[in-house]
Parts: sequence; structure tokens; C-alpha cells
Amino acid sequence: MHLCEIATERRERPQHGGKCGNDRGGLGESAALQEPDIPPWRAFPRLRARSILGPVSQPALLSDSNLSALPPRFAAWFRARGWQPHPHQLQMLRAADAGESALLIAPTGGGKTLAGFLPSLVDLAARQGESRTEGLHTLYISPLKALAVDIHRNLTQPIEEMGLAIPCETRTGDTPQSKRQRQRRKPPAILMTTPESLALLLSYYDAPEVFAGLKCVIIDELHALAGTKRGDLLSLGLTRLQSLSPGCRRVGLSATVHDPDWLAAWISPTAGPAGVRRIIGRDGAEAEVEILTTKEYLPWSGHMAVHAIAEVYQRIRTAETTLVFVNTRAQAELVFQELWRLNDDGLAIALHHGSLAVEQRRKVEAAMAAGKLRAVVATSSLDLGIDWAAVDLVVQVGAPKGSARLLQRIGRANHQLDQPSRALLVPANRFEVLECRAALEAVAARSLDGDPPRPGGLDVLSQHILGTACAGPFAADRLYQEIITAYPYKSLTRQDFDKALDFVSTGGYALKSYERYRRLGLDPQGFYRVAHISHVKRYRMNVGTIVEAPVLKIRMRNGRVLGEVEEYFVNGLLPGDSFIFAGQLLCFEGMRDNTVLVSRGKGGDPKVPAYAGGRLPLSTHLAERVRGILSNPAQWQDLPPAVAEWLRIQRWRSVLPDASGLLVETFPRGEKEFLVAYSFEGRNAHQTLGMLLTRRMERAGLAPLGFVATDYVIAVWSLKPAGDLAALFDEDMLGDDLEEWMAESSMLRRTFRKVAVIAGLIEARSPGQEKSGRQVTFNADLIYDVLRKHEPDHILLQATRADAAGGLTDIGRLAEMLKRIQGRIEHRRLEKISPLAVPVLLEIGKEQVYGSGLDELLDEGAQALIEEATAGMEIGRGQSELPL
Amino acid sequence: MSGAAETPAPQPERRSDRLLVNGVELIADHCGALLWPERRLAVVADLHFEKGSAFAERGQFLPPYDTAATLDKLEAVLARHAVERLVCLGDSFHDQGAAARLPAPIVRRLRDLTARHHWIWIAGNHDPAPPEDLGGSVETTWTEGALTFRHEAEPGPKAGAVFGEVSGHFHPKAAVRVRGKRISAPCFITDGRRLILPAFGAYTGGLHVLDPAIAGLLAPRFQVMLLGRRQVFAFPHSAVVG
Repeated sequence: MHLCEIATERRERPQHGGKCGNDRGGLGESAALQEPDIPPWRAFPRLRARSILGPVSQPALLSDSNLSALPPRFAAWFRARGWQPHPHQLQMLRAADAGESALLIAPTGGGKTLAGFLPSLVDLAARQGESRTEGLHTLYISPLKALAVDIHRNLTQPIEEMGLAIPCETRTGDTPQSKRQRQRRKPPAILMTTPESLALLLSYYDAPEVFAGLKCVIIDELHALAGTKRGDLLSLGLTRLQSLSPGCRRVGLSATVHDPDWLAAWISPTAGPAGVRRIIGRDGAEAEVEILTTKEYLPWSGHMAVHAIAEVYQRIRTAETTLVFVNTRAQAELVFQELWRLNDDGLAIALHHGSLAVEQRRKVEAAMAAGKLRAVVATSSLDLGIDWAAVDLVVQVGAPKGSARLLQRIGRANHQLDQPSRALLVPANRFEVLECRAALEAVAARSLDGDPPRPGGLDVLSQHILGTACAGPFAADRLYQEIITAYPYKSLTRQDFDKALDFVSTGGYALKSYERYRRLGLDPQGFYRVAHISHVKRYRMNVGTIVEAPVLKIRMRNGRVLGEVEEYFVNGLLPGDSFIFAGQLLCFEGMRDNTVLVSRGKGGDPKVPAYAGGRLPLSTHLAERVRGILSNPAQWQDLPPAVAEWLRIQRWRSVLPDASGLLVETFPRGEKEFLVAYSFEGRNAHQTLGMLLTRRMERAGLAPLGFVATDYVIAVWSLKPAGDLAALFDEDMLGDDLEEWMAESSMLRRTFRKVAVIAGLIEARSPGQEKSGRQVTFNADLIYDVLRKHEPDHILLQATRADAAGGLTDIGRLAEMLKRIQGRIEHRRLEKISPLAVPVLLEIGKEQVYGSGLDELLDEGAQALIEEATAGMEIGRGQSELPL
Repeated sequence: MSGAAETPAPQPERRSDRLLVNGVELIADHCGALLWPERRLAVVADLHFEKGSAFAERGQFLPPYDTAATLDKLEAVLARHAVERLVCLGDSFHDQGAAARLPAPIVRRLRDLTARHHWIWIAGNHDPAPPEDLGGSVETTWTEGALTFRHEAEPGPKAGAVFGEVSGHFHPKAAVRVRGKRISAPCFITDGRRLILPAFGAYTGGLHVLDPAIAGLLAPRFQVMLLGRRQVFAFPHSAVVG
């Protein structure tokens, strides 16, 4: 969505820098040579004025009223370029003058970053010549290293052009040791860094001196940090900063979000929404979003959208530069492969996802910035970060899963202009058509989805307590008071804080067995101190909250590293197996020294990497809209004929799910009984529901054999039919059954491992050795088992359960649904499968199932299912209208 | 199922927990212990007592219940089978200070066990000198009938040429594929001549049997027995995946 002011086109003064930043592009004077290999007709749209200021008003509209709000040196600089500051940039200045914290919500391309920096630049410029200009003035924190580096480049220019002497530096994991030490001795006025680097800086004894004069902290992409464990860590770091420099203002920069009150409270130094000035950037042109109506046969199930790739390719041909977003890495590999199969024009199409080697990703990004690519197939690895002005089309392959995410992705196109962003949604199956339609309506209505805030993790809290001790002695009371000013921890009880402190000190075990090995000692004055310097060293090696699944490097025989894959994927490979990675067909040769050795594959059926993660569940918000579309036939006329027809047959054979109750169909099939519930609560909640339903059916003697969950429905099959559905779907299933299942599930074990690493129980890195996932010297599962048996109330188990109740199990969402449907279950007993049930039954065999007895089902052909569901209709496989 | 019911041909009873090493018939218990019923002898490897507190000494506070958990398991297996003698194949104590760190109730339980059984502590690399005051006798190797018990397998002249050796040290684990799913578990591994036991201790990780350090010790046609929840599962070498 493009939501900003009119931009000036300056064809006569080609610029190059503009390709790398929504609001962070190059500046007027930075005219670099245009790439020689780009023909002039292609070069044109890339050569628009870009500025860190974002789009600027046309000279004709210039009035000096806005400029007069700026100090003369700044006004002159704007005027020299014929530019005008945005209203929200001036509002940010006023917030700074009032000494208030601020939350700026503006779409990409709105000059957001400069709006954040402008007050600091103005203040620093005014202080020039004063004797007290030394020291750190403004800290900028971004979720991405690359973004910090990019912003640095783009901020240096106006500083130089205005003749200001404001030292401005980055500090990330890549910063050389000597420079890092110097930065602590003599900090620059503006420092750009990441949440992890901030935590490290705060763990040094000299943090009070470094941050004493800090005036402002700017947090970029706040929407991407708040609500995550990285955000938890950052929020705690901010409380430390506030104590070290009480006058420090906070500035949050965020994309358009569902709940601005929450972000305002998050950024607030008092954890409440008051006292934070909210500044909203202007909306711009409406995005043009279209759903691909395929000419091909629209699949009943599957997520790869291979049927539509030829049509996507045609769009890429007619666009300047296209970003093709997919939902998973496996999808990225496949779509990339399919595009190249069709790429007779030899278009420069690249691939970008989180498993590729870093150098390769950087190469793709650089080629994109240089305008050398026509398309990039990308996962969420490109959701955030440096933007490219030249992108004029965004394609979303597969359903978007949430409207906020879709908006963010669409926003990656055409940032700075008065023209709307263009986007194409490519549904991979029939349900996804409905979901795309729902997302489109949501975007048009500007209604976004978002998770309710969750309390900060106790594992992150433990890490922070140790980090605080590394910097110097602390008193427990004061630290607790400080911590509850962080929004995620505002409801932290003293009891939980004490438990975390006890965990950090001695492990927090009831037996107090480790009293003599205390990590934190308590001195007679009541201060906690680190007992030994080695703990400090180890804290610094393990700081951060990003716990990766164990991964292995993929290496060609000539030694070239292609990237990394999760260990579990490699575990499923036999030597000679082929798979697609980094867009190439590879043959697995074997393991060598903890790397995966591969050679070029020679055909055969590739096994596309089925990586974990990347699969977001359908948001509650979109689910509601999908239910709305289904229950209202008046809305079907806009749907592709194949989909409308499918829904009509459903209405004839069974009934359509209504907007708020729960439709459950049961029918026999083969020797088995099927139950399909149309609950639309997303894959994670459905997985949990499946586990719980099968347990109850087991107890009821129905002999459940398996289940499969999609984003839309859950299907369970058993030997005997389920009769009493009200009892089956009773809310009490979230009691003992849930407890029991959670405790045993491997999901909880994985969650425990992450919690244990973040809290420092298991160290990913320790001095003198780098453990790979393969070589842990003890087993997190076994530790989990022992802890569960001997100390079920341990703080890390508490933290594990809290994590598990969110994300992967979506218990909150399930609970809401169960409550809503009590007394409103519509049960249809059918003689055979209904059309709406076909997609989920086709998923059987692709998804994990429970128990045994699935082999027979695997043999059943997909086509047989479809024919049965549509039998008696005059349609077969065609997409013609159904004569009703 | 098709065709008329037939009388099944009499099959010799095949129990997957039986194994033959150098002609001696042994039983692999799913908890990781080896039993020699004829001699009323049990064998366990790599107990790693007080591994938790060894890490705690360095400030990494693993739960302090590992020794108790290991002992629970050991008592259970001794109660399940009529065992008179127990051989611990070394690395029974995680480090030299482990014995001193044992909590008092654990010491009492251990003394009670060593008093009721003929108990042999074989020295390992983690515990070159196991404590003398807990009862039992300390040995470097122990020979009984056709079997020799030691901590770490001897390299031997060539793979598969050592007969009757039973050892631990490597914490072997193996993975197999069942219906496309990879299942990995600690295991016994034998080529019929020598046998390596899985680790018995509560926090012990494992080394895959295809690692040359293990695979190089056995004849190519080895067999593994994976520890399941209720029983062991035997697989030929060909079923083992990386």
C-alpha cells in the first residue's frame, strides 16, 4: 500500500542509491552511474528521486510554513532540494521538544526513519560547539543487522551535506573487536545496533558511563519485535537504559498495525499507553490487489500452486521487477524450479530464503539493489529489511494467512510513488481462493489481524538477570521495580521474579543442592554479584533469544557451501537420494565431519526439502471472513466458477458451515467412519484439537485410527461412528486430557530445549568448544524427563508450558472456539463424503497421522474421492457452471 | 486377509531380546542393562553418577536428580530379574569428585545395593579410580566364562577379530526408518563376537553406531538392539540409517 505524498520525478538527474531503502534511499546529490547493461527504457522507473526523507512534495506546492519549523541549517538543506518535510516528521520534532516518547505508525515509504532521526540531528546540531557534545546521544535498534548498516549509510549523507560533525557508527556481531572496545571508551553520538548487541553492551561494567548521557532510543520495525522473545529481551534492556539515563526518550517506528495502543504501551517507559505521543503517517494510494483466476484446472488440495506458475511467469515478463513471496522454503525451491523450467527468455530470476548461505543471500540482495534481477522468489526472509524501489509487482503464491502480513508484503512494491502498489494473489487450492478473497476484503477495509500480547518469557528474564549481574552488583528489590516497567513484564509477580533469580543463582531446585556452586553470590549489603568471571564470559557467548533448530551445512564436493538444512531433514535421506536445494537438484552422498556432502543430481524424483517452520496458521480474523463468505451465497458470484460450483454442490449434498456455529459431518468410507469438523481455527489449533478428540474417542470406544488437520478443518477417522458430538466437543477436553498430552508431546520437548538454551540451563556455546546440534554432551529430552518427574513446578517447566500454550498449540484459540460452539453444533450424518470434505481427505498421507491403520487409506486414489463426492452431478472434472 | 485359514507352521520362538555373544546366550533389557541369566549376572555401562553436579560446579545448573533417576532405574532392573552379581562397565562416576558429591541418601542406597549383590566396579576413563568406600570391588577387567568385561573395546588386530568382549564407553545409538519416519534410540550393538552396551546414566548423550569409532570395531554384519519403552527392537546392520 502506498500511503504518502506526491513524489518528484527527476528523470534528468538519475540516481542510484534509491534502490535500497523504502524511506532510506540515497540522496539527491548521490547520482551514481546507471548500470550500463540496463536499456534506457528499463532504467527509467528506477531513476526516481529517493531520499531518506521519503517522498517529498512537489515544488509547486512548496510553502515555507513547514520549513520554518526547522532550524535554518535544516531548512536551507530542504529548500536547496526543493523538498518539504512531512507533517509527521514535524510532529516528531514537537514530541521531542516536549520531551515525550513517541510512537510513529506509518506505512513503508513514508520517510519514517528520518522522522525518527530528525529530532536527534536537530538537537545534536544545536549542541555543536558546546563543550558537552561528547558521548552517546541516540541509540538506534533494528531487528536486522543489514538494516542497521543500510540506515547508517543513508544517514551519513545528510549529516555530511549539512556540514554537521555528528559521529555515527554501527555495532553488530560483525564489528571488529578493536572498534567495539573503542566504541565503549569513546562512543559515537549515534550508534546503530541490534537487540542482542544492546544486551551485550549493557553487560559491561562501564555501561553506566557509556549510556549516562543518552537522550533517545529509536526502535525500528517495532511491530516485528514486540510480542517476540527478542522483543522481551529488548524491553528489559530498555528498562536498564532508563535507569542509567532517566531522561532518555523512546521512539518506536512501526508499520501499520492492528493494535496501536499495545505498541504505545510497549514503548512507554512506564508500561502504560499514557505519555507516549502517537503520530500517524498519512495513507496513500489504495493498493491494486488481484486474485489470479487461473485458466488451468484449480486443484482441490496441495499448497504448491504448480498449476499457476506459467501464469505467474507471464506476469513477471510484463513487470519491471517482481517479488514472488511464498510461505515455506520448500515452496520457494519448487516455485523457483518451475519458473526456470519455463524461463525461455532467460530472465534473471533469483531465489532467497533463510537456509541459503549468507553470502549467496547477500549476492541476491545486491543484484536486486543494482537492478539486475527481474524477479526474486522469497520466503519471509524478505518480509523485513532493505527495500528496493524498483519492485513494481508483488506476487503472493499460496494463501496469505493474515491480512497484516499480506499488507506488509504488498508494501514491498513501489514504495515512493503516487502510484498504487500492484499485487497478485495466487491461491493454490479451492479453500485458498476463499482465503485470498477474505484477505483482499480485509486489506480493502484496512482491518488487520494481530495476536493479543503475551507476557514476557521467564527464560528471557533469567538471561537478563544474569546479564545485569555481569555489569555489576544489584539489589533484588530495585531490579524487580525496574523490570516491571517493561511492558511484557508489567504483571510479573515478585514470586516469579524471585524464582528466576533463584534459578540464575543456584538453578532454582527445591533441594538447594547447588548452594555451594552459586553463580550469583549475595554480599552482606544485600547485593547480588557474579561469583566468577567465567560466568560473565559464558553469558556473553550465549546472549540472545534466537535458538535455531540443529542445522547442518550443505557442501559440494569441491568444498563450496550452499547453505544449511535442519538436521531432521538430513536424517531422512539415504545416500543416493536426490533433493532440491538452492535451486539445484542435488544428490546426497553422505555425512562428513558434520556437513552434508552432496553432488549434482542426475534426475530422478527429487525430494524437495520439507523444512520445519515457515507455516503460519490462518489468522482468526481471516478465518471469520472465510466463514462469512461461505455462509453467504450472495458473495459467491465473484468467485471463480469452479469454486462457486463446489460450494453449490456442497449445499445440495450437505449444508454450508454457518458464520459462528460448528458444522460437523460424519460419513462412512471404506471400512471406516469419518468425522470432519469445519472449525476454521488454523492448523495449530486443529492439531491440538485432533490429539484431544482422538483421546476422547479412544475412551469412548470408537477406535480412532488417525486424524489430519488443515488450516480450515479437522478430519478424524475411526472404526465406529461418533454419535454424541456435544459430549465429544465439550469444553472439558482442555482439562486433564490436555495436560496429559502436552506433557508427553514432542512439541513440548522441543519447546523445553529452546527455553533451556535461552535461560542458560543448556549452553549452545561454551568457551573452547562450539557444539553443533549433533554433539550435545547431554540430551535435553532426558533432562526434561528428569525435571518433570522430580520437580514439576520448576521455573523452566513453567516457562515451557507458557510457551507451548501459545504458538504451536494455540490453546487460547481452541478454548475460544469451544466456548463459542457449545449448543451450536450442527451434525450432518451423510451417506458419503461431501465436496467440502474432499480437500482434507486428500491431505491424508501427506500429514502426520495418529496410530496405525492408515496404510489402506494411502492406497486410495485422490480421483476416486473426488468422483464420489460429486457423483450424480453433470460436471465431472470440468469447471462449467452447475445447472441449478 | 484372503484365502482360507491355514494352520500356522510351528515357528521356533524368536525373541528379539536374545543375543548370542561368543556362544553365550544373553538378554538385552529395554532399560539398557545386559543380563546373563545362567550366571545370574547383570551388566550396565556408563552410569555417569553426578553428571548434573559436575556441570553445576561450572555454573550450569542441570537438575540435580540424575543420580537418583539412574539409581531408580538400576534398582528396578535388579528387582525385575534374579540378579546376584552386577558388573558396572566403567564411567560409573562422571568425574573424580563425583563420589564426594553424592547426596547422603544416595550413598545409603548405594551401600545397601552393594551389600546385597556381588558388585564389580570396572574403572573407566571418567573414573580411573572408582571409590572404595561404597562397597563392591574395583577391577580393570573382569572375565567370566567365555566373556571379558572392560570399559572400552580393545582395538584388536582387525574389525570383528575380538571374541567375547563386553564393553561400554561409546554410548551407542542408532536410527532406523519405519514407515518413512526416522526413529533414533540408544542401542546395544554386537557382531556376535563382541558387544557394546548403551549408556545407562540419566543425562548421557549418544554416538551413532555408523561413526567409524564404533563401526570400525565390529564386523560389517552387525546387529543393533534399540531401546524402546517396553522392549528392545532388533535390527540388522542394513536397516540402520545415518
